Amino acid sequence: MSTSRQHILGALRRSLQRDQPSAEERKQLEARLADPQAGLVPARGQRPHAEQLDLMEEMLRELAATVVRLDDADQVPQAVADYLKGENLPPQVRLAPRGDLRALPWSDQPLLEVTEGPAREPDTTAVTGAFAGIAETGTLMMASGPEAPITLNFLPENHIVVLRGSQVVGAYEEAWAELRQRFGQGAMPRAVNMITGPSRTGDIEQTIQLGAHGPRRLHVLLIDDAQSSGASPNSVNGGGVNGDGSDGPQA
Amino acid sequence: MQSSSPAFKDNARAALADQTLQKALKNVKSGFIGKRAKARERLPEFDDLRDAARDIKNHTLANLDFYLERYEEKVQASGGQVHWAATAEEARAEILKICRDVDAKVVTKGKSMISEEIALNQHLEGAGLEVVETDLGEYIIQLRKEVPSHIIAPAVHLTKDQIEADFRHHHDKLPAERPLSEPVQLVAEARQMLRQRYLDADVGITGANFLVAETGTSIIVTNEGNGDLTQTLPKVHIVIASLEKVVPNLEDATTILRVLARSATGQEFSAYTTFSTGPRRPEDPDGPEQYHVILLDNGRSQMLGSEFQDMLRCIRCGACMNHCPVYHSVGGHAYGWVYPGPMGAVLTPSLIGVDEAGHLPNASTFCGRCEAVCPMRIPLPRMMRHWREREFERHLSPKAVRFGLAAWAFFARRPQLYHRLMGVKMRLLAAFGRNQGRFNALPFAGGWTKHRDFPAPEGKTFQQLWAERQRGGPAS
Repeated sequence: MSTSRQHILGALRRSLQRDQPSAEERKQLEARLADPQAGLVPARGQRPHAEQLDLMEEMLRELAATVVRLDDADQVPQAVADYLKGENLPPQVRLAPRGDLRALPWSDQPLLEVTEGPAREPDTTAVTGAFAGIAETGTLMMASGPEAPITLNFLPENHIVVLRGSQVVGAYEEAWAELRQRFGQGAMPRAVNMITGPSRTGDIEQTIQLGAHGPRRLHVLLIDDAQSSGASPNSVNGGGVNGDGSDGPQA
Repeated sequence: MQSSSPAFKDNARAALADQTLQKALKNVKSGFIGKRAKARERLPEFDDLRDAARDIKNHTLANLDFYLERYEEKVQASGGQVHWAATAEEARAEILKICRDVDAKVVTKGKSMISEEIALNQHLEGAGLEVVETDLGEYIIQLRKEVPSHIIAPAVHLTKDQIEADFRHHHDKLPAERPLSEPVQLVAEARQMLRQRYLDADVGITGANFLVAETGTSIIVTNEGNGDLTQTLPKVHIVIASLEKVVPNLEDATTILRVLARSATGQEFSAYTTFSTGPRRPEDPDGPEQYHVILLDNGRSQMLGSEFQDMLRCIRCGACMNHCPVYHSVGGHAYGWVYPGPMGAVLTPSLIGVDEAGHLPNASTFCGRCEAVCPMRIPLPRMMRHWREREFERHLSPKAVRFGLAAWAFFARRPQLYHRLMGVKMRLLAAFGRNQGRFNALPFAGGWTKHRDFPAPEGKTFQQLWAERQRGGPAS
């Protein structure tokens, strides 16, 4: 295949009517790659942090996801048990093997069976932790790794996601900045999954049906944690809660 | 894939007479257009984002060799492999080799138009592999042994009654009397049928909406979650992507993603946007052990630097066909190859030749709606015109067209004669057509009047009316 490689690169250069980029051009291209710049970020993604939490919730609901806001992470096991009961689902969850999720008071829910690890058939419900929430479109960002198996996001029919308020950002670009901070510049985990609502399809006569192959239900436990007003780069603007730039299109 | 593009006219005639197809095609018009308009309205920056998206792709294309090399380095650094394929044949051979190396028996697939372009399924099946399409629309057409009729909604040409009949026929182990007339029941049955196949598969194949040079990442944009199960559960993940899918940074991909789903389905963002980089890491609990990317040229390098370069900006959203009156009338199969609608009318002659696909750029009224909605601002009508010019230069146009144009050119170069002749013609037509107001048959215009009436003129030519108006005469 190395001959194909040379053949293709040669053909591209002939079409571009040059050989390699010049040293000067190459320097500019390298600089562009090494220092990614945010493009046009919609005003909707630049609202003050407090408004982003509401926007996140609003967008999620519009996507046919459900949201419960909690004051404290310790309320998560109770909220999970309540949700499963309310939806008439079996009291079993497959939990992401993540320290902060494991440390929650699961033992207060003796009827709830909690196991850890990647998803298997026929697990019915996964409980995972998000890497970030992106309010712009109500998108959850999941970053795979030992504490975040990818299969938990897709295999079970029901997906419960724990999202801390401090993890909610306005725009995708802010989430990329945090991802680079965690994994390093130019490095990524095997999978970054941006999840925007439950699985859906319009393949039969363009009528939207939920639960095509991925989760039928997406339930978000949004925790209003104390740091949430200061942790996001978004809130570090002088306008604060007065809402500059909040001319987004939502009613 | 074998093309039936030379038979476009017959295909179109058959499509227009197919009542079931016409019923299904109504869903294109009623669904996509309104949803896109609403999504655009909700995002005030939408049109500025289209400009930004166009500029990103133009920059990338101008440095495509550089970005592909950097992309390859990053894939390798994350433990993946890149295989360059100049032709469809090379791509098929490489994919089969990867499958054979792991002794694969079952291959699952996410939706990929490149896979259709290189006719991958037939090749793998011919080599004894079982190939399972997992996107619902692709699954349905695989059962029917058909090809996609739309680049994002492969089964849009079918009604739910047809799909019910297919499921009853193929899923013959299930109880015959089960209820299956509603879309919700059909979706649930497909989910149930495919579940075990994901787990059985040895290799999962997906396409890519973007490749990111900064990180060596491939991106898929889906709604069902089938692509993620396909690329996560088997031992091997193969990505098939054409050269022009690369963008420099995650931020560049993000800008284009902001216009992709809105233009395609009218969603703010698709349900699953997945960024894959390399195979699973040693400490990861799941994910594939091998990650391969097939980088396909198949004619793209020749489009670069040509008058068709702008077409390489295409992100396959389908907005052009969703808004096309010709596509609305005949559907995707009439176009006869992988890519239908306006984008197909430009791309198909580039990939399989204008001799084969010359009808397609002629299947346009040049109404301009495709260009008006294209998120990447691709001048589709202009490029269809380029193809018509090439077709004319190469004497591929029909004799009647060539004769008509030559006759018109003769008079157009002699304005006095032209005006006199037109004056007489208009008066004659007006006199003969006065009673009916229209003609249902005209000498030398049978091609027109066979399908619709020709309106009778009022009696004066445009030039005469214009002259009168300039003088302040009755026309004003």
